[in-house]
Amino acid sequence: MAAGFKTVEPLEYFRRFLKENCRPDGRELGEFRTTTVNIGSISTADGSALVKLGNTTVICGIKAEFAAPPTDAPNKGYVVPNVDLPPLCSSRFRSGPPGEEAQVASQFIADVIENSQIIQKEDLCISPGKLAWVLYCDLICLDYDGNILDACTFALLAALKNVQLPEVTINEETALAEVNLKKQSYLNIRTHPVATSFAVFDDTLLIVDPTGEEEHLATGTLTVVMDEEGKLCCLHKPGGSGLTGAKLQDCMSRAVTRHKEVKKLMDEVIKSMKPK
Amino acid sequence: VEGAMQTDAKIRTAGGTEPGPQGPGCSLRHFACEQNLLSRPDGSASFLQGDTSILAGVYGPAEVKVSKEIFNKATLEVILRPKIGLPGVAEKSRERLIRNTCEAVVLGTLHPRTSITIVLQVVSDAGSLLACCLNAACIALVDAGVPMRALFCGVTCALDSDGTLVLDPTAKQEKEARAVLTFALDSVDQKLLMSTTKGLYSDAELQQCLAAAQAASQHVFRFYRESLQRRYSKS
Repeated sequence: MAAGFKTVEPLEYFRRFLKENCRPDGRELGEFRTTTVNIGSISTADGSALVKLGNTTVICGIKAEFAAPPTDAPNKGYVVPNVDLPPLCSSRFRSGPPGEEAQVASQFIADVIENSQIIQKEDLCISPGKLAWVLYCDLICLDYDGNILDACTFALLAALKNVQLPEVTINEETALAEVNLKKQSYLNIRTHPVATSFAVFDDTLLIVDPTGEEEHLATGTLTVVMDEEGKLCCLHKPGGSGLTGAKLQDCMSRAVTRHKEVKKLMDEVIKSMKPK
Repeated sequence: VEGAMQTDAKIRTAGGTEPGPQGPGCSLRHFACEQNLLSRPDGSASFLQGDTSILAGVYGPAEVKVSKEIFNKATLEVILRPKIGLPGVAEKSRERLIRNTCEAVVLGTLHPRTSITIVLQVVSDAGSLLACCLNAACIALVDAGVPMRALFCGVTCALDSDGTLVLDPTAKQEKEARAVLTFALDSVDQKLLMSTTKGLYSDAELQQCLAAAQAASQHVFRFYRESLQRRYSKS
């Protein structure tokens, strides 16, 4: 009987739960789904991470290649993110060129990398004006159940922490690059941006970490990206119902707690990895 | 058929008089708005903020493709064309922001299974591009007679390295700023409809920018009211 009501009136069904301050999957309004992370699973990539936020699964693979640095910034490398939402993850996506959702997510990840200065692009330069690293970060969603932005940000961060770049020297005589695969070093990750997403309901209620169904019923969404000093890298609110300044404050405090949870999880995983 | 009405207004707060770089929370640049200048779209508007100029056209409520129709609401579509080059991923991201802002204010339930298309063309870009797009879209929607529950406006704030707040920054100020925040606020109670930010800033700075943007939005809404009054008073 509940299943019938849910199909006919999904919003009313959901409101009944919200009145009791909980959600259909039993979570509280401020509770995140179980987060799991697996680092280094792709052996052919220079760095990789798989993040599961409840059912939402995103895998990030990073490949490092050589490129000439840009002419207007000869001492900088490149970080090129790309988010792919294939038809595998949800029936709403078709195969073909990236849809709007994938493009918006790619732009969001590019903005987070740029704003938070997670890596100094100068660190990626090998020889100014001649050779630099370009990191291609490919994020592929394997299962779409809402809150894709949080999962992508976390997967990117975990994968970047896993990347090992070999030492490269330029041979003066031949002017060719010599790669020493035996000497590898980790990237210098300067900040740890963590994204927290909220869904707005009926212009007043804010719930954290929406699932796919909740996102569909929501009247607005909000994503806050915070680093460890409490500085905001990104406040992404693409339209939807209005919010007052006070409600924004509540979101900030929730984002701070979430940052601590994620940082703890990531430190545990990094520590548990056997050194190569 | 009414001719185009040109409305100019110099917006100033209590202190500042000249448009341009100022101290905290001061003047916005010179605003100008022209309505009903295109003959084909149902509504059109050209919005100028300093040297930034956007041309907007609205078609709707019109026929919608069966694959895109929503049974109980109007389908909103936003197309943003840059001044040079083909639209890319950044344009798609801005289109999504503008579309979701419009969806929050347009009364789509009055026109189910129809489409409302907003086309924005960047004529010149000298800073505060997204805010100017939002303002142009709002005036064009009003010109087309699309029912809305509130008006909205876009305000950009830039924070430079020592924390000074500049409203409605020019392209140069945006480039040198530590953080650039763009907000869309509604006219009823100045709630935050949309926000997108660039750069690093603290929580307190965010609240400060939001308060300054809310104060500035009053001027923008006053400008809307004056320009619409001037347009309809002569007909």
